[in-house]
Amino acid sequence: MDPPNDDHGTPELSEELRDRSSSERQSPAPTSRNRSVSPEGPRPPLPPRPDSLNLLADESASARAAGSAVPENLQGKATTAVSLTEISSQPNTDGVREVSAGAGLRSLPESLRVKASLSQPSSSRVSEAGDSASIRSFAPGSEAGQVEDLFGDFSGTEAGSQRSDAASLLEFPGLRDDSVDQFLREFDPVGELNEDGSNEDIILARWKAKRKHYLILSAAGKPIWTRHGEGGLISSYIGIIQTIISFYEGSDDHLQSFSAGDTKFVVVTRGPLHLVAISRMLESESQLKLQLEALYMQILSTLTLPSLTHLFSIRPSTDLKRPLQGSETLLSTLADSFTKGSPSTLLSALECLRIRKAHRQAINNALMKTRVKSLLYGLVVAGGRLVSVVRPKKHSLHPGDLQLLFNMIFEAEGVKAGGGESWIPVCLPGFNSSGYLYMYVSFLDLRSETATIADEAATKEDSVAIILISADKESFFELQEMRNAFVEQMEKNESIKIIKAAIEKGRPIVGDIVPGIPLHHFIYKSRANVQFTASSYEPEFSEVSKRQRLMSVYNNLHAGVHSKHTHIKIHHCASQFASSFAWVTPLFEFYCVSGPSASRNALAQSASKIVQWVQREEERLFIIGGAIF
Amino acid sequence: MSDSANASKPSSSVKLVLLGEAAVGKSSLVLRFVNNDFQENKEPTIGAAFLTQKCSLPTRTIKFEIWDTAGQERFASLAPMYYRNAQAALVVYDITKPSSLTKAKHWVAELQRQASPGIVIALVGNKSDLASDNGNGNESNSSGGSGGNPGEPGPDAETTGDAISAGQDGEGNNDAIEGSGENAEEESDEAAARDARKVSTREARTYAEEESLLFFETSAKTGTNVTEVFTAIANAIPESSLKGGRGAGAGTGQTGLGGRAAEDSRVNLGDRATATAKEGCAC
Repeated sequence: MDPPNDDHGTPELSEELRDRSSSERQSPAPTSRNRSVSPEGPRPPLPPRPDSLNLLADESASARAAGSAVPENLQGKATTAVSLTEISSQPNTDGVREVSAGAGLRSLPESLRVKASLSQPSSSRVSEAGDSASIRSFAPGSEAGQVEDLFGDFSGTEAGSQRSDAASLLEFPGLRDDSVDQFLREFDPVGELNEDGSNEDIILARWKAKRKHYLILSAAGKPIWTRHGEGGLISSYIGIIQTIISFYEGSDDHLQSFSAGDTKFVVVTRGPLHLVAISRMLESESQLKLQLEALYMQILSTLTLPSLTHLFSIRPSTDLKRPLQGSETLLSTLADSFTKGSPSTLLSALECLRIRKAHRQAINNALMKTRVKSLLYGLVVAGGRLVSVVRPKKHSLHPGDLQLLFNMIFEAEGVKAGGGESWIPVCLPGFNSSGYLYMYVSFLDLRSETATIADEAATKEDSVAIILISADKESFFELQEMRNAFVEQMEKNESIKIIKAAIEKGRPIVGDIVPGIPLHHFIYKSRANVQFTASSYEPEFSEVSKRQRLMSVYNNLHAGVHSKHTHIKIHHCASQFASSFAWVTPLFEFYCVSGPSASRNALAQSASKIVQWVQREEERLFIIGGAIF
Repeated sequence: MSDSANASKPSSSVKLVLLGEAAVGKSSLVLRFVNNDFQENKEPTIGAAFLTQKCSLPTRTIKFEIWDTAGQERFASLAPMYYRNAQAALVVYDITKPSSLTKAKHWVAELQRQASPGIVIALVGNKSDLASDNGNGNESNSSGGSGGNPGEPGPDAETTGDAISAGQDGEGNNDAIEGSGENAEEESDEAAARDARKVSTREARTYAEEESLLFFETSAKTGTNVTEVFTAIANAIPESSLKGGRGAGAGTGQTGLGGRAAEDSRVNLGDRATATAKEGCAC
């Protein structure tokens, strides 16, 4: 793999960047900040570095952008997106915009083309956002909607606010303690209604205060699962969503998303289910869609596709709550991991535990040696990070499936709290959505040598699970024997100690990898391996709320380089408080965040150093191949 | 396994399965028994968990191999896999939820129909800490505790009744006693505040007697009666069948005996049992 200096010309990049920053200083602050590249036009001014932003103020202020529908002038707005290699081959951005705007509106009924005003239903309350919302809708398949978010201020409503919020997201140092609390409160239950309903207002207020909602309802409008609030409390809102969705379906159209102020609504319809995400957390439509897809996969994983289809084909008004009973926590922990920000979901990739190649080989060999006939997949996983895999030659593993498994095993308490070995029927939709596999799970007790068993203290990060999957539901004891033999092997060749040491070591701190570079955090995704590696969250992002912001920044970067009609290879985003930088090649994706003082030049150079390091360490950071039989 | 252990204090394995409606406290009972631990608001079990715990009796050591199954309906079809070779079953209900006793009765019927004929079944009403009479029923509730004689709980039942009615505050106790059957469902608000019990001890005990089940009311939260249940089961399993280790009774043809844990059934089981523990495991 080439370091960036060769192919992409870092000196050139920095020159370009310098030019741009000088123009930034001269230009007046544009009112709306965008990124786009217009090769023909004069060099566009850069966005100003916002000076007095804080997240809360911005959230309230973002409403100012609401109201502008489709602007006419799409020319040369401010940008921080830089495309070096593709700049000449990139299609005229205006053309792109026309396409996207066209796609967005083409198939809508005439009446919907103008923004619809959602007037307050007389019957019930509507969220504050809904009251004065303007609805924009995107036509089916309009990936272009995403382009709008990223490039156009013609998307008016949310684009403007997204920009400014995105800038404030970078405000790590200015984070106040109360906003930390506020984010943690996001995951608190809203509470239960009294029998006389006297506390409804309080609970509804708490419900509305949540920044993110997920709702799953059946096509017939029956609520199936909601992240916050019980069916009774929010049935009127479910009703509204259902009405809006079916209004579009009535005209043979599929509602995909709309925005109201800074709130984004995304709808994914899968078979008999509507999945809805409502987010005030500045996520892009495609990211929210991915999250909804994952929730749908979780439902399939619980029920299998044929049984889901069957339930609704015999009775369209089926109440899916009952068959899903007990799996609600899986949906909730999955949803919360999205809300907190999950690199794994964002990148659709897995993280591995960093150990020496020879050590991993030893574990692979032990897996192979102890493999039993009925084994399909064998995994060793340390706190959601893959240590080793054994799989049949003809079946690979799907990151989405593993994400569901890791969520079940490490995030939800149900398996771990069982206190023993588990035997779990699970459908892996990526592998085969029509049937169950059977999963043996047992946790390694890494503390046995050091301390008395204090399993309470064992956190997600340092629990190691052995996961053995079979298609044979009677194979529990066979797999149990395999596990025992495998653990014995690992004890003999000291693999357990190695895993333990690697866990204790944690992810590397940027400064330890390349001393002196200004980066605070990075993520590197190896595209070929569908795996990623990241630096330690410590010390800047040890709190969950700061981590969430970091992930929002990455969301933003990721959206910037992944919209369908862009050819962006390098993407830089700056605010008064921090800078972020993305770099995408066919081999990898690299994202990083630094303090505000880092020049773009320095960022680019740091990026290239980290990439070199990753490539040197590739066989330690990633599982390449794995054990295959 | 049992060959070597036959020495001074023989040890043998007993396969035990827990069945019952979701959220009645199956896993909590097991965790109390295995780890002497209790978690408030435990997440539902997914699939089934397999745990082991030794139980020491005066004459022998029993190693329980416990299948703690998930109570959700979608897992019900997997249950036969867990109870097929089981020598003992804990069918658990929640004393604050009458529907869970109904579900428990279904499980008992299924076990009597499908499981090994010699299976020892204990009916367990969990969450006794939520009943106002929880404090004093302890001893008397453990009907089969020492005797290991599930077939004749008669006198015990009366004692229990006495013990409860002799208990502390009047209202709660009345409720518990009269609550059998119909009354259990309707409950005055005041009583509900103090006493969440909706299944009376008498109702459940009567049923257990009819079906020749061991019967206990337990609290996984306080630990009341939890060890007693397992000890009683260990005692109720005839020594002869223990020699075979686990899973001796699979597919036996003794249909005539039904599920009633009749003594001769057990004897026969014992005869059939072999001394190899591993072989018995068909899972």
